[in-house]
Amino acid sequence: MQQLIKGEALVRETWHLLPADTTLDGMSNCDDLIVPLALWLDHAHALKARDGGLGVWLNSDEEVEAIADDLEHFQVVALNFPVFSDGRSYSNARLLRDRYGYKGEVRAIGDVLRDQLFLMKRCGFDAYVIREDRNAEEALQSLKDFSEVYQAATDQPQPLFRRRG
Amino acid sequence: MYIYDEYDQRIVEERVAQFRDQTRRYLAGELTDPEFLPLRLQNGLYVQRYAPMLRIAIPYGLISSTQMRKLAFIAREYDKGYAHFSTRQNVQFNWPALEDVPDILAHLAEVQMHAIQTSGNCIRNTTTDQFAGVAADELVDPRPWCEIIRQWSTFHPEFAFLPRKFKIAVNGATEDRAAIGVHDIGLNVVKNDAGEIGFRVLVGGGLGRTPMVGSEINAFLPWQHLLSYLDAILRVYNRYGRRDNKYKARIKILVKALTPAVFAERVEAEWQHTKDGPTTLTEDELKRVATHFSAPAYETLRGDDDAYLAQRQADKGFNNWALRNVHAHKVPGYAAVTLSLKPTAVAPGDANDRQLDAAAELADRFSFGELRVTHQQNLVLADVRQADLHALWQAAKEQGFATPNIGLLTDIICCPGGDFCSLANAKSIPIAEAIQRTFDDLDYLHDIGDLDLNISGCMNACGHHHVGHIGILGVDKKGAEFYQVSLGGESGRNAAIGKILGPSFAAEEMPAVVTKVVDVYLEKRTPEENFIDTFQRIGMDPFKERVYAATH
Repeated sequence: MQQLIKGEALVRETWHLLPADTTLDGMSNCDDLIVPLALWLDHAHALKARDGGLGVWLNSDEEVEAIADDLEHFQVVALNFPVFSDGRSYSNARLLRDRYGYKGEVRAIGDVLRDQLFLMKRCGFDAYVIREDRNAEEALQSLKDFSEVYQAATDQPQPLFRRRG
Repeated sequence: MYIYDEYDQRIVEERVAQFRDQTRRYLAGELTDPEFLPLRLQNGLYVQRYAPMLRIAIPYGLISSTQMRKLAFIAREYDKGYAHFSTRQNVQFNWPALEDVPDILAHLAEVQMHAIQTSGNCIRNTTTDQFAGVAADELVDPRPWCEIIRQWSTFHPEFAFLPRKFKIAVNGATEDRAAIGVHDIGLNVVKNDAGEIGFRVLVGGGLGRTPMVGSEINAFLPWQHLLSYLDAILRVYNRYGRRDNKYKARIKILVKALTPAVFAERVEAEWQHTKDGPTTLTEDELKRVATHFSAPAYETLRGDDDAYLAQRQADKGFNNWALRNVHAHKVPGYAAVTLSLKPTAVAPGDANDRQLDAAAELADRFSFGELRVTHQQNLVLADVRQADLHALWQAAKEQGFATPNIGLLTDIICCPGGDFCSLANAKSIPIAEAIQRTFDDLDYLHDIGDLDLNISGCMNACGHHHVGHIGILGVDKKGAEFYQVSLGGESGRNAAIGKILGPSFAAEEMPAVVTKVVDVYLEKRTPEENFIDTFQRIGMDPFKERVYAATH
């Protein structure tokens, strides 16, 4: 069972994440689906015509610039961490929020571990799919690892030096 | 020096709590080795050949006597009684137990120290000139900028998992003692014609497997934009730096592949989106930080101290020390002093707990309670009255700090090597010692003059062998330890990567090889030339002929 943290709580997962090689064949009309970027780029028209919710996911080597003009169509943008040490999705998340003004859910998927959640939150993620073998309840605590930060980021656009008393 | 306020203190204390919990989960089996690895590395904790190694940050090399005493305490309580100062102006303990590390970090937090980002693929400790703030040739004090960069880089959420480690150095003097040309980013603080402060920005320098000197991508970046511009550089690197091969992952490879001009365009394009945003530095913040680095309460002295000059005349030993270990100061009647951590037969950069306490004592007595760690692995007392130099020299001698060899052949930069480090191909400390023993005649050593000899035990180049006038690199040859020699490297304003002399040597040949290299220089030099000048004039061939003529 997938464990989803949304905001600062564990919630029931309703979305289906489709693998990278998904085609349109037999695709559900009503389910909430997160489709791979390639499928969106090839079949945007058909995907928009569905009744169910639509999200897209990008791997760490894919660039958010590819969907910058399409963001209104997505309730979820999921960014993949193929391994937790691949930091490219942090930049993608910040660009989505800070540059392209995306207001929907930005979800961390893949090798998502508790000790990275605080960093992810700072970069604009607001949903995290925790690995099934981990305790998601305990992972929530790490969203509060630090009560103060130095530099500006998505969650706190004012650096500490502009807020220091 | 910079003193934490409640914000800085809280961030460091929360880090201790976070790492304590991470360590607990690791020991309880809730975190696997690969998962714990980046967490411990970002706290400077390596698992080494015999025990974990803990690297503690000394931001831009500045440390108070109180902090130095805390290091002595940690050396006694948690280590085998000594510490090792590294080429990144940091300090390392070689024998702490993993389960003690959270307690060590808590002790450090009590004196405003930490181990944050001293390893891992993130932004590391920013380094600078060990004579910052006191050098006679300084244009702008780099320390406030280093502190501003330290705060910006600490737990930067976007750049905690870069393709590879990332090192920034800042220089504000005419000479470049911070080696900015061999850092991922080198910043030279400059003033333009209107007297405004800005930065000349170099990117893509570095040592390691593919040594390179950095390229200029901005001739004058106004200071207000420093952090947004650094953000732009890091974002381009984080997104486009190679992640498929760790040996091609440093920013220098990306800069070279794109060309510096194209890389600069990418940074510029990225920067246009964030320039003038909230990250733009303010006069207030610069003033707040700079106030921490205001000059200590110097006495008004007329000029050089007569008694000091007379003592130099009278005592050759004192004069030798003054020639090498005492440095010009911008305030009349004062001097900066290097405490040598390079006596023969001690691992370069090592100090025991007694010496750490003694160094703190000397700082309190002679230099306003502050010290600096140099990237050459020595300690500096930056603000000593000339009138006190003789007393300081005598006290330093008692502690083994007064070897008069700063900048000379025996002031060797040396990594821990195969005695400690699990990455090393070969031992480095015994080679340093053998060379120091060969060059033990002080008059001869002083006659040879300025000569940087740097030793690394592997091509990760922690001993900066590429930029030594003489560089020595440990290599593995069919399971045996061999040493490759390079000549002509430089780390200053004219940074250059040394060229390889030829086939490598066995350990026992090394003292003779260095002697032959030095002999060629002594025979060929003109009266005004140092080793590097002679090398540049006559080239590699005479050295090669001499060294290999005898062995083959």
